[in-house]
Amino acid sequence: MKYDILIAGVGGQGVVLASRLLALAAMKTGFHVSTAETIGMSQREGSVSSHIRIGDKVSGSLIPIGQADLLLGLEPAETVRNLPFLKEGGKVLVNIHAIPPASRPPGSPEYDPAALLSFLCAYYPDILCSDFTKLADEVGTYRAANVAMLGAVAGARVLPFQEEILKAVLDAEIPEKYRAVNDAAFERARKCIRSVSGT
Amino acid sequence: MSLLTDNKLLMGNEAIALGAIEAGVQVVTGYPGTPSTEALETIARYAKRCGIYTEWSSNEKVALETAAGAAYSGAKALVTMKQVGLNVASDPLMSLSYIGVKGALVLLVADDPGPHSSQTEQDTRVFGHFANIPVLDPATPQEAYELTKLAFELSHEFEIPIILRTTTRVSHSCGDVEVEAAEPVPVEAVEEGFVKDRRWTIFPKLTAERHPWLENVQEKLSERFSGLSFNSVSGSGKIGIIASGVSALYVKEAIEAVRGFEELFTLFRVGTAYPFPEKAALSFLKGIDRLIVAEELDPYLEEQALQLIGKAHLPVDVYGKKNGFFPVSGEYNVDIVIDSINRALAAYGESLCLSHASPAVSREKLPPLPIRAPTLCAGCMHRTVFYAFKQAAKQLKKESQTDTIFSGDIGCYTLGNAYPLNMVDTCLCMGAGISLAGGLYHTNPKTKQVAFIGDSTFFHSGIPAVINAVYNGANITLAVLDNRTTAMTGHQPHPGVGVTALGNVSKAIEIADVVRSCGVESVKIVNTVDPDSLESCIKAAKEAMNFNGPSVLVFKGKCVGITKPDKHYEINPEACTGCGFCIKELGCPALNLDGDKPVIQDNCSGCGLCAQICPSEAICIGGVKL
Repeated sequence: MKYDILIAGVGGQGVVLASRLLALAAMKTGFHVSTAETIGMSQREGSVSSHIRIGDKVSGSLIPIGQADLLLGLEPAETVRNLPFLKEGGKVLVNIHAIPPASRPPGSPEYDPAALLSFLCAYYPDILCSDFTKLADEVGTYRAANVAMLGAVAGARVLPFQEEILKAVLDAEIPEKYRAVNDAAFERARKCIRSVSGT
Repeated sequence: MSLLTDNKLLMGNEAIALGAIEAGVQVVTGYPGTPSTEALETIARYAKRCGIYTEWSSNEKVALETAAGAAYSGAKALVTMKQVGLNVASDPLMSLSYIGVKGALVLLVADDPGPHSSQTEQDTRVFGHFANIPVLDPATPQEAYELTKLAFELSHEFEIPIILRTTTRVSHSCGDVEVEAAEPVPVEAVEEGFVKDRRWTIFPKLTAERHPWLENVQEKLSERFSGLSFNSVSGSGKIGIIASGVSALYVKEAIEAVRGFEELFTLFRVGTAYPFPEKAALSFLKGIDRLIVAEELDPYLEEQALQLIGKAHLPVDVYGKKNGFFPVSGEYNVDIVIDSINRALAAYGESLCLSHASPAVSREKLPPLPIRAPTLCAGCMHRTVFYAFKQAAKQLKKESQTDTIFSGDIGCYTLGNAYPLNMVDTCLCMGAGISLAGGLYHTNPKTKQVAFIGDSTFFHSGIPAVINAVYNGANITLAVLDNRTTAMTGHQPHPGVGVTALGNVSKAIEIADVVRSCGVESVKIVNTVDPDSLESCIKAAKEAMNFNGPSVLVFKGKCVGITKPDKHYEINPEACTGCGFCIKELGCPALNLDGDKPVIQDNCSGCGLCAQICPSEAICIGGVKL
């Protein structure tokens, strides 16, 4: 078994926490795991991505081009930026809530999220998308968009472990004062994706 | 053997910390630097429970010397830094290799191929060779944990400092690690205490005596390393590949996709980079016809192999960086390694070719994407100070046609270089901004020199530069950006904060007092927290720039990364004319265009700088958002 997940977003969106939760769930299931993330300047509104490799054995922590089974995009432009990592027929889950760059240095292309989303859909017609930031905000805080997206992939049944295990990891890892809102975001996204995909 | 599910998910740095505690470390020092920082932070969490003395030292040289003193006393010591920090610590290190240690002394030095957040791509394996200090080179968090323990053993046995060298992909990778103790426990400390002996005082005569010993240790260690399982050979093919650290994993993944790869390739993984395990390498080289060398940063293994091949007169061709088969710089990954190996295979007519996975969307097909450059946080005090100096410099230019050169330094405030502030004209290394400004002053008499430095960097290496400016009459203005923390590396305390690495209250050293005692006559503390602080910052900047002689302004504020916002600003759409001045001038991540008018997003942390510059007074306090 080998399953590679790439999470892409912007500094502050909770990419690292989401990857930790997935890695722990994979370990609890009995797989080896390896994650790679860049911590440093990227936290300051820069692009952040985390590679999570799960399997009976794992090699280096960086996913090669065209090998990711799942791409979790917390933001449209960052999803497109990391699309070459996804394999043909891989799954994409994208948060359509766009975060424009803080400044537009001369030469930086215009940000058109709608165009990027249709680009994504052209290559991956069965893409799963929603405004997870809005969904999280509705249940308590926009900051839980990352956990909402984990709920969505659990609901879509694309992960190589059971959603109960992921849920248990979530409960163990998230500090108590934030647990209720994260639980709510997870549940709501899980149900809404399940009704969309009809499973 | 424990069950896999009992393993811990550890970051490489955390694994090193647990390995050090298990090895019985008693003293830990360091200066924060990405990607090394979490090692000391993890030990600090267990320090009280396990009886480990832990400190953030004022810089890497001081950290190494402190750890050396502890090791002279028979203690086991660890010192942590990043590769550029090793340069700061190199003066004591070069002598320490001759002197040696008692107890044990391990240096964790984290390299940053890429680089992701560093000024250089330098290779610590080469530095170890240069300094005669053994270098261990783990590939995974598991190996980092095991090699940390080995480093302490070897340091104790051979009485020599040992470098544990990691790269970003080891330090900041997480993996399942099988650790011996479920929870770190105190290890019984054997501390002999310092014993007076002439061996601790470096002197030409002693150096001359010690040098042969030092060379001899390298030979003994090379011999020892050849027998270790961290240097392993797999496969039996005539195409040899040598790799160390994380590059070895990329090679494994690249060749494992080939059916029957064991008969085609022989992979020699090197876990102990320096001294080179010659005996093991020689036996590997004798079994192959061609050698491919896969390594990030410098061609260190390649040079070692070439030397050995020459020395032993072996008929082996070498394909690496030196003849253009592998990139000479940048971080590697599986795809780069595949391309490079393929170039080598093709060069000698091998029909085999490693293949890439084919993505549905290649990089060339991607539509244009917005550039997302790192920038100062929303509400960062540094933006106010930079903007104030920009205005002061504009006024100075208008009044006296004087141009201003802005010298930056290493820290968050390096991001003052970002558009639209553009406030960093030079940046070299920790503490250099002040001395560079001095050099610029002596050669550009018609310009005004302003240097920016952070509070932690000021203590790290800024003070001698201030003394130099005063003593040698450099007429510069220094702005100390005091946000009360070492923000860039994750908010470690420093001597100005008055809290130690373990959270104990200590004496806070006042930056203004330090510079006054260095002889600076114009010293002022400026508050950046008030909602109308911009005007006072501009006024202070102008006064300091007009002072004849070195002048220092200590700007005091808060880091928004560790404080909660107490207010939130809003744009009154009726008053806003949509001129976009706030966005164009500041580059604040909380300000965005929504249609034709700016909006302030949730990440506003209430500095109010935009409200102070809005020509239409359309920005006002809108309460607190949590």
